[in-house]
Formats: sequence, C-alpha cells, structure tokens
Amino acid sequence: MAHPLRGKVACAGLATAGCGEAPGRNSMELMVEAVHGALADAAIPLSEVGGVFCATAVHAFPALSLAEHLGVHPKYSDGSNIGGSSFIAHALTAAMALDAGIIDVAVIAYGSNQRTAGGFRSISEPMPFEAVYKPRNPITAYALAASRYLHQFGATKEDLAEVAVAARKWAALNPEAFERDPLSVEDVVGARMISDPLGKLDCCLVTDGAAAIVLTRADRAKDGPRPPVYLLGAAMAHHHRMISAMPDLTVTAASDSGPRAFEMAGYGPGDMHTVQLYDAFTINTLLFLEDLGYCAKGEAKDFVKGGRISPGGDLAVNTNGGGLSCVHPGMYGLFVTIEAIRQIRAALGSDEGPREPGGWIEGARLSVGHGNGGVLSSQVTGVWGAAETL
Amino acid sequence: MSQFDGPGPEAAFHAHLAEGRFMIQRSASTGRHVFYPRVMEPCSGTADLEWVEASGLGTVYATTANRSRDGAYNIALVDLDEGPRMMARVEGIDAGDVTIGMRVRASVGEIDGTPAVIFHPEGA
Repeated sequence: MAHPLRGKVACAGLATAGCGEAPGRNSMELMVEAVHGALADAAIPLSEVGGVFCATAVHAFPALSLAEHLGVHPKYSDGSNIGGSSFIAHALTAAMALDAGIIDVAVIAYGSNQRTAGGFRSISEPMPFEAVYKPRNPITAYALAASRYLHQFGATKEDLAEVAVAARKWAALNPEAFERDPLSVEDVVGARMISDPLGKLDCCLVTDGAAAIVLTRADRAKDGPRPPVYLLGAAMAHHHRMISAMPDLTVTAASDSGPRAFEMAGYGPGDMHTVQLYDAFTINTLLFLEDLGYCAKGEAKDFVKGGRISPGGDLAVNTNGGGLSCVHPGMYGLFVTIEAIRQIRAALGSDEGPREPGGWIEGARLSVGHGNGGVLSSQVTGVWGAAETL
Repeated sequence: MSQFDGPGPEAAFHAHLAEGRFMIQRSASTGRHVFYPRVMEPCSGTADLEWVEASGLGTVYATTANRSRDGAYNIALVDLDEGPRMMARVEGIDAGDVTIGMRVRASVGEIDGTPAVIFHPEGA
C-alpha cells in the first residue's frame, strides 16, 4: 500500500536569489528575495502563506525573523536546524502540515551573504571534548572521514579529484554556476593542502545565495503556471553530532534515510533520472553514492571513474555543478532540492533558463535530492517526481 | 539523595584532567566503557557509570594534518583499548606522518594552557 504522504504535496514554485556574490545585502534580505521570487513563480499571493520553514547558520529564531520580515502570521512555523539538510526535513514536516490541513501554502527558505560578509560563520557551539584540539570544522571532520575511506578501501586523492572534475564539467554547462573554468585531476590533487587528504579544490565554494520553494497540496499545485513536481518520498536520519561520535566514518546515516525515502516513493535509486547530492567536500559524493544504493560500500571510487557521473555519463549527478562548482552559501540542502525539481520541470517543457546542450536532462521525470548536515551528521533524502510518476 | 548530585560528568572529567589523570567511565552493570563522559551509558540507558583510570593505550582510527602558513598540527580519532573513540592530537611525530592503525599512548598535556589528553606513538 502506498505511503499516505506519497505525492500528497507538490512544489508549485521556486527561486534562487543573489547566488555568487550579493554585496551589501544581508542574509534575511536575500532570503526574502528568494521567497518573493518563488511565490511569483507559483503565482500565489504572500497573503496565502500559512507555513514558514527556514534555517540559517546565523539566526537563533529564523522562522520568527522571516515571518516578521514577510508580514506573515503563520499557522505553523518550523526553524528546526539539523544543518544543511534542514530544508529537506522541512519539506517532510510541511507535507505533514499541508496534508493534515493545518496550512494550505508552505514556504521553505534559506539565505546567506557569507561570501561578501567575510566568510563562513556560524552560531554553532564548540564541540565538547573536541574543541580543545582546535579542529577546523567542518573541514577537519570531513578530512578525517576521507582519511578513513582512503585507508579502508585503497582509494586515492585522484579518486576524490574525479568528483570535483565531474562537478566542474556540469558547471561548464550551467551559466548560473560560479566556477566554470576547466579543471583537471592534476589541478585538484596539486591544489594547496588544507586538511589532509583534502585540498582547496576538494572543498565546496564559499558563495552568497538564497533559495525558496513553495509547497501546496497536490490538487492546488495542478492549477499553477508551472508543472507541479510532487514529493514522492522523504526521510531523515542522524546518528551523531560530533565526528568523534560517528559510529563508522565510511557509512553515513544516508544508508538509513535513503532506503526509507525510496520505499515511501515506490521507486528505487536506479529509477532516478537525476541524482543531486550534497557535495560539501569531494568525499561526500562517494559516500552518498554508496549509501543511497548506487554502488556497494567502498566501490564509489571505481564507480565515478571514466566520466560516469560527468555530462554524458551513465548517471546524472549534481547537474548544476554542485556545491563544489555551482553555489554553496553555507547550507546547501535547498539548492540540491531545487536542482532536483528544476531538472524535472525543464524536461516537462518549463522554461528554466539556458544551459549548454546536455545541461538539462532529457526525459527527467524522477530526481533524488539528498541533503547532509553538520559533520556527515544529519542525512535527509527527498524523492521528487512528475505527475506521471504518481 | 539523587544519584545525579554533585559535579556532572563533564566537570568531573576536567577536574581529573587538571590533576593529571585521564579518567573514563564504565558501567558497573554492563561493564562497558564510555567516552565522552555522560550521565547514562548511551543505548542501554544505565546510569551506574563509575570513573576508572584509562589504560591510555589506543589505535589511530582516522587522522588529518591541519595546515596553514603557521605550520601543521595533527588531529586524530583514537580508538581506546577500552572501546570508546575520542578526538585527540598525536604529537612527537610530524602531523602528516601519523598513520591509521598506529598504536599510541596517552599522557595529560596542555594545549594553549588548557589540560588535554595528548597521544604519542607507542615506544616513541
């Protein structure tokens, strides 16, 4: 029997704002620009927004701030913060609130001016029993995971570099991407080492940017100007907060969230036409390909070889260029989601803007958008589909 | 009198460390060791944790060298012989030369004036 939430809500509109550099505009202003754009995209007036969902790295009560800025009096709001994956968790919560009739229109939003404001900054507390050693989180934590992965499976820095190179090839097809210049494995391996084995080009961009999506119940989404893209499945999991408490540094909780999200959707990983993974660092893509079921544990290093996840390869992964080459304003989960949805909208004939040939995936009807938060901590998987996949 | 009276696990750990002792917890009923210090043993929920001296012996599980213009320092995850894993630094060797599987021994040192458990390669 189908899961009771499967396909009950859809994305009716979406927008990004200020991606790249947005000097002089603050995080909340950028977030509101994205909300304005997403509501216009959905042709839904602000006055109908009943649910406000958001998280940032710098606001203690982001839902209060966003609702106030918008002048919305929410019937339901959620500022839960489990890191960069929060927004996909918000989509699950919003789906429950919409399906239960608590709200009729939900807005999920994020915004950051970290690049032009001087770099990543967070109100996150120091990790007890770790802080004394001065880890430079998040990179130290991801470097520890990468060290373990390389040791355990005989992978190399060149294998990690393949991920960055593939992302850059997708970015080259996307005029919206921040870094589009050609990139080689040698460039990535030879870049300045920051936290062994991760060098500068194993790390995501530091950009400004904001994003928003509008969710409504499926019946209403049908009437909008854009093709509705339905939330078929969503699931969250987390097994630790601090990297020193992660049970196995080569297995993320995506191995838990992924199968549940796919089961709810009624589709498997192999059914997805596009795969959008939260690539804060090159190691992420390898771990998530394995944990979401695209290959066995330890095999992603071979899976990504030969351009398999590059444009024209077998699997369309991170088709916007990812956090590594397109945009990464500190918390990337909503951008993963938006790319997953836009690929489906574009394939259904919606004008999503120009891309070089191959940048929009022909026939895309199903996408997975997977979010990561903290230090490989929270994992939230969303499965999105066109009307015909219901 | 509640079993939770007095300084909590974090304060007790740091008090031991200030005296130069690396203490970890062990559940009296399950016999399992716990680090970082907690109120209950995770998963089992037993609240009969007692302080015991750590053997100080462990094995490097993961390692990195944080690099900058000022040089490099090691950050490692060490699996204690008692079972739990902790973040630490391995010193007495170049930060990038620490290897996974390396046997290490703890001592109580300082980082910028704060007491901390530091490891050195065993036999070094």
